[in-house]
Amino acid sequence: MDTFVQQLVNGLTIGSIYALIALGYTMVYGILRLINFAHGDIYMVGAYTGFILATSLGFAANPSAFGFVVTLIGSMAIAAAIGMAIERFAYRPVRKFSKMTTLITAIGMSLFIEYLFVFIFSGTPRAFPQLITNDSYTLFGNATISASQILIFVVSILLMIALQYIIFYTKMGKAMRAVSFNLNSAKLMGINTDFVIAFTFALGSALAAAGGVLTAQYNPKIDPLMGIMYGLKAFVAAVLGGIGNIPGAVLGGLVIGAAETLVVGYGSYIGIPSTYRDAVAFAILILVLLIRPAGLLGSNVQEKV
Amino acid sequence: MTRIFLAICVVTSILFSFSCVQKGGDVNTAVATGDTIKVGAYGDTTGATSSFGQSTKNGIQLAFDEINAAGGVNGKKLEMIFEDDQGTPEKAKTVISKLINQDKVVAVLGEVASSNSLAAAPVAQEARIPMITPSSTNPKVTEVGDYISRVCFIDPFQGSVMAKFAANTLKAKTAAILGDNSSDYSKGLTQFFEQEFTKLGGTVITKQTYAQKDQDFKAQLTQMRDQKPDVIYVPGYYGEVGIIARQARELGMTQPLLGGDGWDSPELWKLGGAALKPAYISNHYSADNPAPEIQNFVKAYQTKFNVAPDSLAALAYDSAKVLADAIKRAGGTDSAKLKEAINATKNFAGVTGTITLDASRNAVKSAVVLELDPAASKFNFKETIYPEGMTPPTAATTPANSNMTANTTANSNTTNAATNTNSTANTNTANANANTNR
Repeated sequence: MDTFVQQLVNGLTIGSIYALIALGYTMVYGILRLINFAHGDIYMVGAYTGFILATSLGFAANPSAFGFVVTLIGSMAIAAAIGMAIERFAYRPVRKFSKMTTLITAIGMSLFIEYLFVFIFSGTPRAFPQLITNDSYTLFGNATISASQILIFVVSILLMIALQYIIFYTKMGKAMRAVSFNLNSAKLMGINTDFVIAFTFALGSALAAAGGVLTAQYNPKIDPLMGIMYGLKAFVAAVLGGIGNIPGAVLGGLVIGAAETLVVGYGSYIGIPSTYRDAVAFAILILVLLIRPAGLLGSNVQEKV
Repeated sequence: MTRIFLAICVVTSILFSFSCVQKGGDVNTAVATGDTIKVGAYGDTTGATSSFGQSTKNGIQLAFDEINAAGGVNGKKLEMIFEDDQGTPEKAKTVISKLINQDKVVAVLGEVASSNSLAAAPVAQEARIPMITPSSTNPKVTEVGDYISRVCFIDPFQGSVMAKFAANTLKAKTAAILGDNSSDYSKGLTQFFEQEFTKLGGTVITKQTYAQKDQDFKAQLTQMRDQKPDVIYVPGYYGEVGIIARQARELGMTQPLLGGDGWDSPELWKLGGAALKPAYISNHYSADNPAPEIQNFVKAYQTKFNVAPDSLAALAYDSAKVLADAIKRAGGTDSAKLKEAINATKNFAGVTGTITLDASRNAVKSAVVLELDPAASKFNFKETIYPEGMTPPTAATTPANSNMTANTTANSNTTNAATNTNSTANTNTANANANTNR
């Protein structure tokens, strides 16, 4: 029993990170109908920004909770700016062309960021400084939870509540919902859609960067290609929950995280080796697309042809 | 307009194919031009295992500089042309083709990771250009063909070294294995460790795998924790190992972690920190060895590159010296003669031990077991383990023999003493003795 709880804790930890990244995918899709493939790389950029902030501001030498908060908020802010810049210079110029053009631009952007970072930092894995003491606490029996895991749960829940507040209780959130409902009508109603789109990118990028810093704190190894797999899994999570649907992205992230951990933990009893961990996420994607294409919480919208 | 464009296309493509034919023509007869002999080297300097490539590059550079300072080989200077393969097999294949076809190198040194060497070796074999891998330990690498050789031991031995250490020295009865499923190196070690450990009366109670670049290993480790193994064998590369160690300790697992030469990197200490204790690895040489030629190498390397040499640097240095020696014996760079000379390498005194290539072009050497000391960020010498049936080097004296047969733990002080006696007793073979005595 305690092993099961332990595996669940492990799974929900990664699931929370997937959820944070999936939120960015889903918001951008909700507004632009664009799969922003560079989003996983923003997660990596967030981790590297955190790394640079923590080492250059001296938090690496004197770790403190204050240092962690500054690093987290700082890298979220910088990633938000980078997200807006990507939108402004890569996506906005091609937005008027077909969706395929934007999609391919997104893939190009993703490769550009990855290899720009390989060029600057080299591909060697770096050790992220430990900013908080990572004690382990016993839940019961053998099941333990580490301080960095608690941190991931607490921070991601807070961020999700904040996001929910922004979307449903602020003017900007109302504008976002309007743009997502119909971009052209929103424009006619006097909404500055360009700004709303830029804001959405900023919000999504900040969440991904938070995911990056939290993961780096949990697994102190960062490399320029770390965002590829996490980005793909988060994309699957967003589709699983129903792309464009915000609670769905969170649910999808948690389900993917738990599913792949349980496959590693218990798969060997039913003949699935732990190597199939990544395959599970994508098998789930295929099943969802076959059985319920709109996702768990998504509503089925008829596409006009 | 279109016609002009087409015409240009046709003309350029003809020119290209012509130049390709020309290039293809003298691939096999790559001759050193002028006063330099071009030697190709490739490795990962920007990918996930980039400390391996960097060390290899440095090791070769140091060896070439020393050789050139002493007048070169047959009056010609050695020149290294290094290519980065980003640690991927596909790229390794591309860069070795570039080195052979474009740069016309006479021989190639590389790679570290077995998967990358396995991808590149067929290219060298087909072009009949000798390739010496300094540190790929998977047995399949040299099975590619007679132009492929190596200066390190192979995984059946390396895996058995750790199994022996676990069963005999740590008195472990049960072991768990957490291997990297995307690397031939790790798969080989997993297999050979299990074989030997079972033979010695132990049981491997669980085998789990991960993929390179994974971030989270807690699921696999939690599964292992329940089975309470005495030791955990992690035959992977340093990037993942550091994190695995951390997560194991976070889950309250205090078992010794065992590994191989893939752990050997200065980055390991930053990634794993205090979690890397207790931990032991099998490796090619120990930088602590007081033997003079090892200390001279360590000092020269440190002065030149400002970092302590790991075993990959030492092996690269040895591979470069073996190549230079073979060019000298072959009396030139004719690829068939050079290959014969490399494959006939016998009792070559290197930093990592005496190098003799066997019939399958593998070096038969002893291995050392090192204990990790994260507080000082260094590996401490623990014991030397010799391959079964390894004939001790020609002038091996009694201490070496007793070490070999008993597989006993030798601390560095007694080794030191033995080395000293050897070197005074027989100056000619002192190098060989010093190395194998470790």
